[in-house]
Amino acid sequence: MNIVNILEEIQKVDGEIYERLNPRRAAMKSFFNMGKKISLAAMPLALGSMFQKAYGQTALPAAVVDVLNFALSLEYLEYHFYNHCIVGKTAGSSVTDVTFNFPNTASQAAITTIRDHEKAHVDLLVGALGSSARAPIAYADTDFRAGGAFASVYSDYNTFLAVAQGFEDTGVRAYKGQAGALLGSPVLQTALQIHSVEARHASHIRQMRTAAGTAVYKPWVSLGASGQANDSGVAAVDAVYAGEDLTVQAGANIVGIGGNAGITKAVAVESFDEPLDKASVVTIANLFLRDGKKL
Amino acid sequence: MKNNELETKSELREESLFDKTVGRRSFLQYAGAGAAGIALVAAGCKKDRGYENPTMNGGATLDFKDDFGVLNYAYALEQLEAAFYVKVASAPPASFTAAQKAYFQDIQFHEIAHREFFKAALSTAAIGSLEVDFSSIDFTSSASVLGTAMAFEDLGVAAYNGAGPRLKNAPYLLLAGKIVSVEARHAAYVRDLISNGTFADLNSLASLGANNSGGLDAALTPDKVLNIAKTYIKTKINVINL
Repeated sequence: MNIVNILEEIQKVDGEIYERLNPRRAAMKSFFNMGKKISLAAMPLALGSMFQKAYGQTALPAAVVDVLNFALSLEYLEYHFYNHCIVGKTAGSSVTDVTFNFPNTASQAAITTIRDHEKAHVDLLVGALGSSARAPIAYADTDFRAGGAFASVYSDYNTFLAVAQGFEDTGVRAYKGQAGALLGSPVLQTALQIHSVEARHASHIRQMRTAAGTAVYKPWVSLGASGQANDSGVAAVDAVYAGEDLTVQAGANIVGIGGNAGITKAVAVESFDEPLDKASVVTIANLFLRDGKKL
Repeated sequence: MKNNELETKSELREESLFDKTVGRRSFLQYAGAGAAGIALVAAGCKKDRGYENPTMNGGATLDFKDDFGVLNYAYALEQLEAAFYVKVASAPPASFTAAQKAYFQDIQFHEIAHREFFKAALSTAAIGSLEVDFSSIDFTSSASVLGTAMAFEDLGVAAYNGAGPRLKNAPYLLLAGKIVSVEARHAAYVRDLISNGTFADLNSLASLGANNSGGLDAALTPDKVLNIAKTYIKTKINVINL
C-alpha cells in the first residue's frame, strides 16, 4: 500500500492535505499505526474514509462525485459479470446457469484475477465517495444476456469472452473520457491507475479470445477487417468502438507521420485509444441493466 | 453532442494546433487561453529553456514548471521505447515466433507514432534526440528482450500515470490518456509472453507504485522514473522545477 505516495501526490495539488486530515497530525500518526494492524484488503476502504474525512461533503465537488459514481456503476457491472461466472464454476454453487467450461485453469485464474480487481475498484470508489456513493448494484439488477442479444453469454465461452472484451474496452474508454473532469482533483491519480488496469485486462481478454478460436484479436484496438472502427468481430458491439478509428491527433495526421511509411492507418488507430463520452457509455451499460435499474 | 472531449477535439482541429505549417506560434497562442496559459506563453518564448539545442551536447533539460516539461518528459520516454523496439524489430531473437515478430513490429510502429506525435506537437519546444545506451541488453536473447520490453512498458505506464496529475490542460491529459492505455496493453501482452496470467500482477508492480489491494496500476513521479530509465540513456537529462 503506497499510501505515503498517494498522500504526496495529493499534497502537490492540495498543500494542506495533512492539515486537512488532522490539524494536529495526530490522526495521521494513528492512521499509519492502524495500517499496520488492519488487513491489506481493508485498506482501500480505510483510505476512502480518510479522504472523505479530509475533504468532507463540500470538498468533493458535485462534478467529481458524478464521475466517481458513474465509474462505480461500471465497476459494479464488470464485477457482477465476472463474479457470476466464477461463482457458477465453483463446486456446489447455487448458481447453475454458467454451463460453459473454462478450457484450462489459467483462463479461470485470469477471470478470477480480473474479478478481484473489479471488486477492489468497487470498494475503493465506495470508500472514496462515502455517503455520496450511489445505491449498490446487485447481480439481480443486471442482465448480461442483454435481453437476448448475448443469450449464450454464460453457456458459450466465446460469447462470454466477446462480452468481456466489450466491457473492458468500454471501461478503458469511459475512464479516459472522464479524466478531464477530474483535472486538479486528488482522485485523478487513482482514476488513472484504474484506467490502465482496465487496459491490461482488455489486452489479456483479447489474447484469451484469440487462444479460444480461429480468429486473431490483437491485444490493442486495431482497425476492423473491412476497415471499420469495430475490430471485435461482433457487430452488436459497434457502439463500444465508435470513433476508435481516429487517425488525426490534436491536428497531427498520424498516418505516415515523420515520413514513416510503416505507420499505416491500422497502426495509427492502434497507437491511440480513444475516449468515449458519458452518454454513449451509459447507453452501452444500460443494455446490461434491467428496467428500473438503468443509469 | 454535449461531449467535452469531442468539443475539445474539434477546438484543437480548428486551431490547427499542431500543424507544422502554423507551428509554434499558434501552439502557444492556444496554450495562452486561460490564466495558466499566460505563464505558458511567457515560458515558451524564453530562449533559455534548454529546448533549442538539437545536438543535446549540454544534455536535455526537462522543466516541469509547466505542461511543456511533462510533454517533453513523455517525448523522452517514447524516444527510448521506440529506439529499443526498432532494434528488436530489425533483428528479433531467433526464438521469436512469427506472431511475436509481427506484434513486436506493431509495437515498434506504435512507439514511433508516439515519438513522432510528440515531436510534431512540441515543435520548436521539443527537446532534441536522446542518445540511448542498450549495452546491458542482449538482443539475441528472447529472455533479455522480453524482460527489457516488460520493464519499459511497465515503467511507461507508471510514468504516464504519475505525471498525469501534473498536467494543467485537459487536452494534454486526454492525449496522455490515449497513449498510456496502449502502453498498458503492450505491458500486458509482453508480461503474458513471459508468464501467462501475469498481465496485471499488481503485486509485482508494487515497487513502481501499484497497489494490488486497491486494484491500482503503477504510478511513479518523474524523478523516480528517470532514475530507473537513466541506465538506458546516455544523454544527460537535467530536471528542474519538479
